[in-house]
Amino acid sequence: MPLTLRATLLLLLPALLLLSGLFLLPIGWFLTASIAELGTWPEILEEAEAVLLSGAVGRSLLTTGWIGLVVTLLTLLLGYPVSYALSRVRGAAFTAILLCIVLPYFTSTIVRTYAWMVLLGRNGLINQILLGLGLVAEPVNLLYNRTGVIIGMTYVLLPYMVLTLYAAMKAVDQRLLQAAEGMGASPGQIFLRVFMPLTLHGVVAGLLITFILAIGFFVTPALMGGPGDVMVAMLIEREVEITQNWPSAALMTIVLLAVTLSLYAVYSRFAEPGEAVR
Amino acid sequence: MAAGAVALEGVTKRYGAETVVADVSLAIAPGEFFTLLGPSGSGKTTTLSILAGFVTADAGRVLLGGQDMTQVPPRGRGLGMVFQNYAIFPHLDVAGNVAFPLAVKRVPKAEIATRVAEALALVKLTGFEGRYPRQLSGGQQQRVALARAIVARPGIVLMDEPLGALDKNLRYHMQVEIKEISRRLGTTVIYVTHDQEEALTMSDRIAIMEHGRIAQMGPPREVYERPDNAFVAAFLGEANLLPARRDGTGVAGPGGARLEAGAGTLPGAEGLLFIRPEKLGIAPGTAAEGPNSLAGRVRHASFLGNTVRYAVEVAEGAVLVCDAPNGAGTVLHAAGDSVLLRWRAEDCRLLAG
Repeated sequence: MPLTLRATLLLLLPALLLLSGLFLLPIGWFLTASIAELGTWPEILEEAEAVLLSGAVGRSLLTTGWIGLVVTLLTLLLGYPVSYALSRVRGAAFTAILLCIVLPYFTSTIVRTYAWMVLLGRNGLINQILLGLGLVAEPVNLLYNRTGVIIGMTYVLLPYMVLTLYAAMKAVDQRLLQAAEGMGASPGQIFLRVFMPLTLHGVVAGLLITFILAIGFFVTPALMGGPGDVMVAMLIEREVEITQNWPSAALMTIVLLAVTLSLYAVYSRFAEPGEAVR
Repeated sequence: MAAGAVALEGVTKRYGAETVVADVSLAIAPGEFFTLLGPSGSGKTTTLSILAGFVTADAGRVLLGGQDMTQVPPRGRGLGMVFQNYAIFPHLDVAGNVAFPLAVKRVPKAEIATRVAEALALVKLTGFEGRYPRQLSGGQQQRVALARAIVARPGIVLMDEPLGALDKNLRYHMQVEIKEISRRLGTTVIYVTHDQEEALTMSDRIAIMEHGRIAQMGPPREVYERPDNAFVAAFLGEANLLPARRDGTGVAGPGGARLEAGAGTLPGAEGLLFIRPEKLGIAPGTAAEGPNSLAGRVRHASFLGNTVRYAVEVAEGAVLVCDAPNGAGTVLHAAGDSVLLRWRAEDCRLLAG
């Protein structure tokens, strides 16, 4: 039985109150109060132009977008085969793969990031192995640069991609694949002509959700990146904590929020079950 | 041997301790419409899957067009298939679905277009090329599945309960059309169903399956009128199965009534006499007259329109069902009436119990 509008609202009320009290109100207050400091509308626009087009912010926006893009594509590359395996196995193997993906997330991001730093450092495990095997003459810089940020973020974001893809792959009717086989399709053709098109909406949803999360990243780039890897979230933190330039922080927040919300609008269209096909 | 011939030789399939297909052998002639009929769990779908190559038999051989295909994967078998629930690709339009078997064989585009158009004309779906499956009715989806099965002109088409999801009227309509198309193309059809009426209407021959074995195989009229055992008799429609036993002078039914059957024998001292309800004559009367006649009392009369179905108690606990045609001037019997049931020896059969 479908719920009446009133019952639905009543059920949503506690969550709505929590969300507006702890998230919408503070962020609204932060944005309006900070921006109001700048004065009249023409003054606000002038300041916005100055901040967003300034070298540091512009560079940071580009860096954020680029890192987000690379990390998103890497999670897709690494995640697609894992999700495929996950969607095809049952029982103990399924549980094992799922635990490998989800279990690390019971540990905090900071702890996991430090763990990566142990592995990636100049005297870290990876460099010791590379040196030991004679593959490199001197330690490779895997930390405090773009490589470190990308490795760390890809690791943190991988499960979001895997689980999104898994949901799409699990929904594929196995009988369609068998039918394709019966009609003479080779395994490659079954993948390209049936499986991939049927999971494409999951790929798009996975790319969007991963990218949305990536561009808001703070801890990983702050700990694993170098001076050239300042992402927007880090810059916002700096403006608030160090330079105490709240209006500038607010302007960057608005840009980040606008990008995130528009991507989310696209995502919600793809994630809708009714739109699963085409 | 012609391209459309199909044979199974001693095919067996086990899942764990359970034998789902037990030593099945059959030979199907090119162009024949052959039906595997049975209740769920009888092994008919597994048998079809073995023919298609989705399931590998533990023992036995699969011969398609005279060639041993036992170890050949599904895509090497060149069969047309209509799947249960159609298995139409939701991301492809009608033309894309029908073109699929040709596209994966890398048939030139121009030829694909011609043959898709032909196949769609055959199933009366011309003009639907650009529609997507979710824009089609169940019957239309069924036609797409049919067009896709025949577009590559396979000598053999397998159909797994293709009409199960359609309503009764549409089902009858599609039965006629599938039969018509297969005859026109000269295709061998192997058809799986649990619906005995469908099997009787469409088939040249029927194999009735029970517990992984073929219980009986033959043309529709033969298996319907001369079942080899009680299972086949009861599965193919309403059947009267009267307890019968051998005595000094012949075979006796309930109350010692004399029974004479045109065919079959009782393998032991006891068995069953099989007779279809429509083969029973019903008339007012109180005493048996000669062999194959039983007096009884009408327990229940159901008016079905073109027939009247009577349940007649002929002895304590022995009830016979009799279908009397509602012909010109028919007098109906009412519950409680005394009636006499009679039938011909050639219409009944003695079966093992």
